[in-house]
Amino acid sequence: MSDRTADRRKQQEATKQPRGTDGLATDRLGQFGIGVVLTLLVLAALGPVVSPYDPVEQDLSNRLESPSLSHPFGTDQLGRDVLTRLLHGARFSLGIAVAVTTVRLIMGTAVGLLAGYAGGWIDETLMRLVDTLLAFPGIVLALVIAGILGPSLVNVMLALSVVGWASYARLVRSNVLSLREREFVSAARLLGRSRTHIATRHLLPNVVAPVVVLATLDIGSVILGTAGLSFLGLGAQPPTPEWGTMLASGRSYLRQAWWLVNAPGLCIMLTVLGFNLLGDSLRDMLSPTQTAQMEEL
Amino acid sequence: MTGAGLCKRLLTMAIVLLGVSLLTYGLVFVTPGDPARTILTQQMGGQAPSQDAVDQFRAENGLDDPFIVQYARWMGNALQGDLGQSYYSDRSVSDMIVQRLPNTIGLAVASMLVALVIALPAGIASASNPGSRIDYAAQIGSLIGVSMPNFWLGYLLIIVCALRLNLLPVAGAAGPKYLVLPSLTLGSGMAAVIARLVRTAMLDVLDDAYIQAARSKGLRERILVYKHALRNALVPVVTIIGLQLSYVLNGAVVIEVVFQRPGLGTLLVDAIFARDYPVVQGVTLLIGVIFVLVNFAVDLTYSRLDPRIDLGGEHT
Repeated sequence: MSDRTADRRKQQEATKQPRGTDGLATDRLGQFGIGVVLTLLVLAALGPVVSPYDPVEQDLSNRLESPSLSHPFGTDQLGRDVLTRLLHGARFSLGIAVAVTTVRLIMGTAVGLLAGYAGGWIDETLMRLVDTLLAFPGIVLALVIAGILGPSLVNVMLALSVVGWASYARLVRSNVLSLREREFVSAARLLGRSRTHIATRHLLPNVVAPVVVLATLDIGSVILGTAGLSFLGLGAQPPTPEWGTMLASGRSYLRQAWWLVNAPGLCIMLTVLGFNLLGDSLRDMLSPTQTAQMEEL
Repeated sequence: MTGAGLCKRLLTMAIVLLGVSLLTYGLVFVTPGDPARTILTQQMGGQAPSQDAVDQFRAENGLDDPFIVQYARWMGNALQGDLGQSYYSDRSVSDMIVQRLPNTIGLAVASMLVALVIALPAGIASASNPGSRIDYAAQIGSLIGVSMPNFWLGYLLIIVCALRLNLLPVAGAAGPKYLVLPSLTLGSGMAAVIARLVRTAMLDVLDDAYIQAARSKGLRERILVYKHALRNALVPVVTIIGLQLSYVLNGAVVIEVVFQRPGLGTLLVDAIFARDYPVVQGVTLLIGVIFVLVNFAVDLTYSRLDPRIDLGGEHT
């Protein structure tokens, strides 16, 4: 069996990357991911401009039409073109995902830097807060917060931001803990640099890479979270063309109009897949130590 | 695990549980809206109560006390299994939870079984033939599974299995038949994550020296994989199964809505829309506590299975 040696080598190479899409040609999947994300951006930017239909205006004479040349994804229960609504929905999904992820990233990085560098009771308090937030299944807590604030897209964004920064804080803190013993940090300290200077000029630049990777991987789950909460009725309200909301209103027409739930479902899946693949391939570019720290999350 | 390590872990857990309960109670406490007015309006069949009645109710039920006093009272009662009274039904929150809990547990257990039945063979097949077609297929399958919104998968299954083929009922929880589609939906999402981890863990183990030794003495590949490698590869998998509880609880909320199953998830969602805060608090607290306890149990199991792991260390 001459394949055996080749197999062993493959296995050894594969085990070097402990998680994810190892074994598959990661760069090709990464390129696919970038392709999906870019296509989506272009569609979100141009689609609504190009489409001859209005995403909200009702056209009751054309209700629940099957997919055809003039309506590639059919029409919904109010006669609106599903493709047009999906294209508008891409703007919502991408916009929300980027906004929420950015807020999570900034909050988490700030808390992680502070906890890791200040140490002592500040660290202890902040980390117990992080533990508490991570003690809830994310969607459940976001659901409760969004529900208390009242159904709206902005409240869903707030809720998802508030519950999601904890893993960034943990990642940044563990990076800072190992960085602050390094020579360049000691040197800066000996030179009499202030703590703020060290934190922002020396520590921060060194945690950017893993944090950005985490953020890319996180975008997918933010999109799923937004769609999930909207699906439950807490996010965007009809007639807003948000993917989760569209899927929710399609569920009354499963028999007559299967495309109403499947078109937005497919869009959500492709988008999440694109960001996940992109994140996976970015992670493979990190150093082994940084990868190990990400594994601990 | 050392005694000191266990103590430290227990202490951290206690602090987190305290945090969980404070957060649960605090969230609702800061919500605008006066519970006294809500309850009285309900009791009077929708009529607005007089200010005097509201004031009297507040005084009688300790609603004017400071936050910490009210929290302590709520927590004290909760520890004795009393989570208060629903605003809109004459039943206690604990009652409602006890009634719904079995359905959610059933869903969780069935989904976990589905997940393992899919993920273990897929992960093992992947890892024992890395780079093969089976491996690629399994990996692409799990990439798709991870990215798929579970409510969409639920509707896909409803359309195909219930509406087109008429094999299974769509909604409800009247018997085991009703469990099939929800647990397939939730379980296959979990399987995607678990299969990846089984594969990685198996590859790690198959590369170890003792496996190499067994292989060079001519042990059959099948025995090698199933008897020697699998056992050790399952150690990290146990942790993941515990951590998947988060996925189950997140998923149960949505999946129960999709399949209209009466469970904790639908109880929570209905209570949120009805602004029935005692129910919201009760269910949230329960979910948080279950989650913390299961994580703790997983840590214990993990250190039992692999004595090299000491829980005393800070997870930095």
